[in-house]
Amino acid sequence: MASPASSKPGEIPGWIYNVILPILNLLAALVVSGILILLIGENPINALWVLIQGAFGYADNIGYTLYYATSLIFVGLGFAVAAHGGKFNIGGEGQGYIGGLGIGLACLYMGSTPWPIVMLVAIVGGAVCGGVWGLVPGYLAAKRGAHTVITTIMFNFIASALMTYLLVDVLIRPGQQNPESETFAVTSQLPQVRDILLNFGINIPPNPLNVSFVIALLCCVAVYYYIWRTRWGYELRAVGQNEKAAVYAGISPTMITIISMTISGALCGLMGLNVLMGDQHRIVLNFTAGLGFVGIAVALMGRNHPFGILLASLLFGALYQGGSQLSFDIPVLNRDLVVVIQGLVILFTGALENQFKPYLEWTYRRLTRQSVPQSTKEA
Amino acid sequence: MDNLNDIVTILASTVRLGTPLILCAIAGLFSERSGVVDMGLEGKMLGGAFLAASVAYLTGSPWLGLLAAIGFSIAISMLHGYACVTLNGDQVVTGVAINIMIAGFGPTFAFSWFNLGGRTPNLSGGQRFKDITLPLADTLKDVPVIGTIYDGLISGHNILVYVAFAVVPLSWWVLYKTRFGLRLRAVGENPSAVDVAGISVRGMRYQALVINGVLCGIAGAYLSTAHGAGFIRDMSAGKGYLALAALIFGKWKPGPTLAACLLFAFADAVQVRIQGVPLPFIGMVPSSFVQMIPYVLTVLVLAGFVGKSVGPKAAGIPYVKER
Repeated sequence: MASPASSKPGEIPGWIYNVILPILNLLAALVVSGILILLIGENPINALWVLIQGAFGYADNIGYTLYYATSLIFVGLGFAVAAHGGKFNIGGEGQGYIGGLGIGLACLYMGSTPWPIVMLVAIVGGAVCGGVWGLVPGYLAAKRGAHTVITTIMFNFIASALMTYLLVDVLIRPGQQNPESETFAVTSQLPQVRDILLNFGINIPPNPLNVSFVIALLCCVAVYYYIWRTRWGYELRAVGQNEKAAVYAGISPTMITIISMTISGALCGLMGLNVLMGDQHRIVLNFTAGLGFVGIAVALMGRNHPFGILLASLLFGALYQGGSQLSFDIPVLNRDLVVVIQGLVILFTGALENQFKPYLEWTYRRLTRQSVPQSTKEA
Repeated sequence: MDNLNDIVTILASTVRLGTPLILCAIAGLFSERSGVVDMGLEGKMLGGAFLAASVAYLTGSPWLGLLAAIGFSIAISMLHGYACVTLNGDQVVTGVAINIMIAGFGPTFAFSWFNLGGRTPNLSGGQRFKDITLPLADTLKDVPVIGTIYDGLISGHNILVYVAFAVVPLSWWVLYKTRFGLRLRAVGENPSAVDVAGISVRGMRYQALVINGVLCGIAGAYLSTAHGAGFIRDMSAGKGYLALAALIFGKWKPGPTLAACLLFAFADAVQVRIQGVPLPFIGMVPSSFVQMIPYVLTVLVLAGFVGKSVGPKAAGIPYVKER
């Protein structure tokens, strides 16, 4: 990330692309969102203020923000791992859904085992199930040339149909109409941060933030280490940058693609740790609720770097939580507006990333030509 | 006779369910044949559905609704073009962005305009496209077999269904028999050759995207003002992605794509039909498994286990002129 401020003349340092550009794009997305809010007939500044307060104003709001961020970290990291290998994994939704099955089954059948043990088994279960859902498209891409974009979308739909079948016909709690499983035993639920704080005499209002947030942070570190500090990560990036060159370096793109898609799916599969084991305490229909797609936005915004993904997850988590507060305070701005804002962020950070780039480069070159590199932080 | 009636009923619902797939898949065909991958079919259709229902409700005319839907879809297609063709942005990411944006856009504005929890008011009577009874359908009704098929399957759909089925041969003619079609296909296979011949690659791709927008708009209007009666949240329900799958299944050719759309729609119609009904020899088949068929088939085709589907060579790659 951190590259020296001045390198060759005319060369643009990394932080311009990694810090300034995402911020500019985010601002553009916010401006367009503001225009939409104006069109609806509300005051965008006021809305933004409600949103920020809703996301960070009170302890329980922060809890919710971090809770949403936890899920997004998992899927964002998952997307990033595949992206470093040059594969577009759009299947975080399905991988998270199927991973949730593994996690849920672990919780359902471990009975009264203490939670740390259940959690370890659930992590393995979620990673294996999600991993398989990434492995198959990965294998088909590497060995049969099937494009991951389409296969992973198809796997989302297959996952959705499969889970509907399982929840409606197999796992459903007897004598109950809603397609959802039995409730997990209390011992196989992840402790919530609120309960932990209660032990220290701190009482905060109920919120679903739980121990899986720590697991998500550990995953960030692990992914950083994997991508930039191991041989496998080096091979992954080599394949992603230039597959032909990687072959001449003795790397097998086939293996790398299969492995990276499996890891990608496994990370997405851990989403259920947060949602199911930490909050819902049972397997429910459609618990991924589109978070798998937002993970793409998170990874794009975070430039596929774990630290960036952490920040972007906080941002999107705040959008989710602030958005529900917004719909509470200003009813005409309902939660769907947040979906629009997310879409705009993807549009500006991903699709229109070349929009501001040339201007930014031009501005940077002008500023550095006239003055010493020291003053560049104003750019 | 009862069996025939059953079959005709299923086929008629296949036709109804297949219509938006056909329109979207052909829309995708034009843009992908010109070299622009379109993941955004879902969003364009959904946006069209929202505008069609809103305008039809406010003006009382489904035709104005259709126009509005087409206009809106073209606008999104132009945004798509600006991002992918002008700025050389990532085509897949653009599609995903469009889908997410529109998924929220419809309910947001439906909520603020109609205050009905993210949907438009129900459309009734003249606000929708009505089913058309073809001439002689009533007279022929009682003729065995032919009458049943004519009355039950061919007659009695709304105008947009017939439009969708007319679009397929029309697009075949445009693609393979006109100069425009030749250029369009060339732009998707080898843009630099087209560029050298003095034809604007970007211009061709924008034109393809306009056609793409028109067809997605019709598909959206069909969903909310012909097949359904009003816009509801997420009413496209993955049909855009399914159309994309049908396009791949149909190897980017109009005829086979139509067949794929009808096959997928048939699976959908059967899935609704067999819920809770045991099948001979197999017993109860959960409808979820029938629902999976199109997706599994698409994966198998992509992997080359069932035929081989190779897309336009330049699809997904922004065209950058050699310096």
